[in-house]
Amino acid sequence: MSNLESSIVLAGVGGQGTLIAGKLLGILALKLGLDVKVSEVHGMSQRGGSVITYVRIGKEVNSPIIEEGCADFVLSFEEVEAVRWASLLKDGGVMIVNSQKIKSLPVLMGQVEYPSDIEDSLRAAATGPDTKIVKIDALDIAMEVGTSKAVNIVMMGALSNYLGVDEGLWKEAIEEAFASKPKTIPGNISAFEKGRAAG
Amino acid sequence: MKEIMLGNEAVARGAYEAGVKFVSSYPGTPSTEITETIAKYQEVACEWAPNEKVGAESAIGCSIRGGRAMTCMKHVGMNVCADPLFTVSYSGVNGGLVFCVADDPGMHSSQNEQDSRHYARASKVPMFEPSDSDECRRFTKYAFEFSEKYDTPVIIRLHTRVSHSRSVTETEDPKAQEIRSYEKDPKKYVMMPANAIGKHVVVENRTKTIIADCDADPEGTGLHRIEMRDTKLGIITAGAAYQYVRDGAPDASVLKLGMVWPLPEKTIRDFASKVDRLVVVEELDPFLETEIKAMGIECEGKELFTLLGEYSTRMVRAALTDLPLPKKAFDLSALPTPPGRPPVLCAGCPHKGLFLALKRLKVNVTGDIGCYTLGALPPMQAVDAVICMGASVGMAHGFDKATDGADSRNTVGVIGDSTFLHSGITNLMNAVYNQSSMTLVILDNSITGMTGHQQNPSTGKNIRLEAAPQVSLEKLCESVGVLPEAVRVVDPVDTYETEKVIKEELARETVSVVIARRPCALIPTGRAVKGINVEVDFEKCKKCGACGRIMCPALVMGEDKTPVIDTESCNNCGLCVNMCKFGALRKGGEA
Repeated sequence: MSNLESSIVLAGVGGQGTLIAGKLLGILALKLGLDVKVSEVHGMSQRGGSVITYVRIGKEVNSPIIEEGCADFVLSFEEVEAVRWASLLKDGGVMIVNSQKIKSLPVLMGQVEYPSDIEDSLRAAATGPDTKIVKIDALDIAMEVGTSKAVNIVMMGALSNYLGVDEGLWKEAIEEAFASKPKTIPGNISAFEKGRAAG
Repeated sequence: MKEIMLGNEAVARGAYEAGVKFVSSYPGTPSTEITETIAKYQEVACEWAPNEKVGAESAIGCSIRGGRAMTCMKHVGMNVCADPLFTVSYSGVNGGLVFCVADDPGMHSSQNEQDSRHYARASKVPMFEPSDSDECRRFTKYAFEFSEKYDTPVIIRLHTRVSHSRSVTETEDPKAQEIRSYEKDPKKYVMMPANAIGKHVVVENRTKTIIADCDADPEGTGLHRIEMRDTKLGIITAGAAYQYVRDGAPDASVLKLGMVWPLPEKTIRDFASKVDRLVVVEELDPFLETEIKAMGIECEGKELFTLLGEYSTRMVRAALTDLPLPKKAFDLSALPTPPGRPPVLCAGCPHKGLFLALKRLKVNVTGDIGCYTLGALPPMQAVDAVICMGASVGMAHGFDKATDGADSRNTVGVIGDSTFLHSGITNLMNAVYNQSSMTLVILDNSITGMTGHQQNPSTGKNIRLEAAPQVSLEKLCESVGVLPEAVRVVDPVDTYETEKVIKEELARETVSVVIARRPCALIPTGRAVKGINVEVDFEKCKKCGACGRIMCPALVMGEDKTPVIDTESCNNCGLCVNMCKFGALRKGGEA
């Protein structure tokens, strides 16, 4: 059994590609013969709003939702989203935080402040010793392969360190997920490798 | 073959596998992707109808003629097509007929939280309720067969969590589309009293037959499922709630209902007799609970659970088990408050300039359903009332009548192009006919925006993006009696000119229509050329902050109070340019 049998939260801001990352995990689960559910809410939040994708993988998956204290992994594609969805992580779970900051309009207009030292706050607020917080500069890494759009796959690379799934299988899944845009496959494979090295 | 499919995609797949001939729908979250997916199956006749009633009636026509047909909608759309639903229940079908309705517990993107199951009981139409994508496919496919077998329409009820979750789905080869023969049969299809009296008897007998067949073999059709585990606790549930029950109370016995109306009474009675304690777990109203109690079966339900919002595994676990609740990784009180990301009108959104004009005019605004509902939020806060599709027009007329015309001097109705064609036009006809002096603003952004850019009769394209005849909003308004000189067209980015024109039309003592026309900034015709943005002349800038007040996501205030343009998201619409009295902003690409 790999650790792929997990509940994984992908939190970010509209346009960061959390859903594509969710699809990739779904393909991976199917390859391993596991059950999977990927869920996200569409609606008024789509324009620059906070978006969340739930991925649950296991032998049998019932609820598509990951509730408070039930996520094995929370991947925050944007720094402050880590705080917004922190309640979902279970004691002893892994939080992977992209240090990229996307300021919302109230912050840009100076109405509220964007919190500083989020990583320190998270460490101080951890209730147990086993919870792991991993910080990664996924935007910088994505820019190394040439596009900010690859942030989601960099994050998948970082996550792959904890799932115990063969690297070759990940790459096959990436090829499948981007089959309709074959030109983007090499860049995404490279983003995955760099994310795996950095996570 | 196994695929991961969205619940909505799986409904479309099921209809396709059943050989559906025709699908006609109006978009509405969370149901929209069903019809969008159908459009990819080229052999299916597929269309966006101007509203749900039209969609339903078109599907009914196809069914009577012998083709399998479906219409899809969000929960409030079922209100719009309730009229044909109740009577096609009497006439029955020829080709299988399916109504697909998506409820939105938790109101992720809706104006109310209605429970559409009441429609099944009220219209006496059987309702199926799938819990995941594979059931979406199987139930929809079976619904067409069931419809023809029992001569009844079938409603498929979805929830946001079922519509918008992806799960593993089998696929099967599609059946060929088969058009059944058509013969004139007025006793069946002409629902006037003499015929309908007889058909009501047929309907009541049909319900009894369905119940008896279900009870004879409850699991045989693949709809209901009896899962016996520990008999100390038995749970009756359906739809999305089933998933929370399985995770929350994994040891409980479960009667999972795949058809939530009519109910298999004997099956429920048998299940109840096998468990010590019977609990009904259902989101929203106590629909199953009320029916089960009316059978004289003792059960618990809403005394343990809420009428509001979505359920969860945690809720089920806390109410029905001693199992421990999960432990969180963080002490949340020790974390900072994350800044909100409220929904905002996009950079280049044409609605912004209009709402700024309305805010300056300090008028009452009766609003409608669409992206422009956001005009009720800061910084505009210009919208006074939003009820349902098309209501902006009627409400403005009502303001007129309440004040013998006086309030029409400071009240406007605001409605989008798609919503106007959905159900605003009948209201406008009424306002003209009954001599209102109201002013209506049609926000014509050339698309149905909020639901994710669907075409409509005024866009010149059909659901497959092929060229289609185009309604002229100006001529349409004139045709219901609005004076030609009282139909004005403005560009809302020119916010001051828009204000001037609306002011003139408010003064007019007949119905007037101002069409604020500019394509949505997210569609090809509304997008600016990449790399051409608004530019700032810092020498002219007086740091007055006027441009910042429009709260454009592409324009932020720098620390020295001069504007900073985000060249990635700026659409070069020029609204900020129009706000600047000092000429410090300039549209890109212009001298």
